[in-house]
Amino acid sequence: MSALAAAAPTPTPPPGGGPVIPNFGGGACPSHTTFCWNWVTQNWGPELGPRLAEHVYITLIAVGIGLVISLAAAMYAYQRGWFERGFIALSTLLYTIPAVAFFLFFVPITGLSLTTIEIGLVGYTFLLLFRNALTGLRSVPPEVTAAAAGVGMTPRQVFFRINVPLAVPSIMAGLRIATVTTISLATIAAYITPLGLGEPIFTALHTVFTTELIAAGVLAILLALVADGLLVLAQRAVTPWARARLRGAR
Amino acid sequence: MWSIGYVIQHVGLFPHMTIAANIGVVPTLLGWPKDRIRQRVSELLDLVRLDPGFARRYPAQLSGGQQQRVGLARALAVDPPVMLMDEPFGALDPITRSRIQNEFLRLQQQIKKTVIFVTHDIDEAIKMGDRIAVLREGGILAQYGTADELLGHPVDDYVADFVGADRGLKRLSLRRVGDLVGDQPAIRVPADAPAVTADTSARVALSVLFTSSANVLAVTGEDGAPLGAVTLEHLREVAGAAEPLAGAKGQAR
Repeated sequence: MSALAAAAPTPTPPPGGGPVIPNFGGGACPSHTTFCWNWVTQNWGPELGPRLAEHVYITLIAVGIGLVISLAAAMYAYQRGWFERGFIALSTLLYTIPAVAFFLFFVPITGLSLTTIEIGLVGYTFLLLFRNALTGLRSVPPEVTAAAAGVGMTPRQVFFRINVPLAVPSIMAGLRIATVTTISLATIAAYITPLGLGEPIFTALHTVFTTELIAAGVLAILLALVADGLLVLAQRAVTPWARARLRGAR
Repeated sequence: MWSIGYVIQHVGLFPHMTIAANIGVVPTLLGWPKDRIRQRVSELLDLVRLDPGFARRYPAQLSGGQQQRVGLARALAVDPPVMLMDEPFGALDPITRSRIQNEFLRLQQQIKKTVIFVTHDIDEAIKMGDRIAVLREGGILAQYGTADELLGHPVDDYVADFVGADRGLKRLSLRRVGDLVGDQPAIRVPADAPAVTADTSARVALSVLFTSSANVLAVTGEDGAPLGAVTLEHLREVAGAAEPLAGAKGQAR
């Protein structure tokens, strides 16, 4: 508890060691307002901005590692059914573990660290990313792969020039859900170590000062929306063919 | 490996590649320089009569007939001596199919390739093929010959059944009346006889005769000048003649 209190983002820090002193925004705000814009502008530089950056960082690492592992696993599972069943079973199991329990499970091994958080977050991305990637790889119409073999592509060329690019829309769909989920889950990570937007939220839970809670929560939501929007734009940029539709009669 | 061009029923264009990339896929695999690929693509678009603007589009933006032409261009990209076409027009609606068939026959006059053309449609085989191999169940050869031989002399009931009970009519459609007028001594053409032009198929000529209740059909040139006549009796012989006819292969009309 004292560790959390020490990290509390107040312009006038409470004295360490004792009970947490109710935070009313350091005098910048009237005591009973639900949301105080002054507090947000004053605390953007020292608190909210850096927490947002941490949150982005945590999410990028988790989704990045999750994507690399899931893609590799999906490519392998494309050839081998036993691996698919095994990986699905594992990732489904991971997905069912409550987040806090998942994080706490690794604390004895990796400590109260970023590593512990990332293990948990990466674990949660597998199910979505792996399934979507594998579905995408398998959704290529048989006549397309037949034609690819017909023009003289080797099985390897068919896979990397045909299956993989055609799986991109499905992979991107999985990536969008995984990213939004991870941004949301990453707020819980502050329970383990004071990083990300979860940190001001946890701090505010112990006070009657709601501005901090609302500001951090809204930032997490906005971050999820912006990330999702950026991924949609990225998908359109890398798969122009997916939106190309027939003009006129077929 | 690239000596056979391959066209399949559902075309199988690569949906994530532009039309130019689809046509240029084999040259790309062979490592041709980009300029040469681009030039070849534009030649092929021209050959299959697609606008150069199609090069930058994606397959989903093309109609079925246009996609089939792209598939053809892709198969022709490195100029293979032999083409294998596996039910290439099977997925097209009848009107588009007929148009593409005619276009392909025209194209074939230009490119002059050996084409192995697989079809389940005997009418398509008759229209497209110089020589037709009829396979029975299990891929066993039942008969191999020209359309005229198949229709005139099916070797067994299987082939006879396959080419159809109307094989006599189909056989007539292989012939133009202009080629028939020389077969017979001059006939007196009644003044009220119906007339058709020389490039009319014998099948159409029979239909005209049937519906007009006449027995003699006048045959004229494009300019309307009389060339001769064919009779109902004559057409009956052509439909069921016992001996193979010379120059039987002709374009169905």
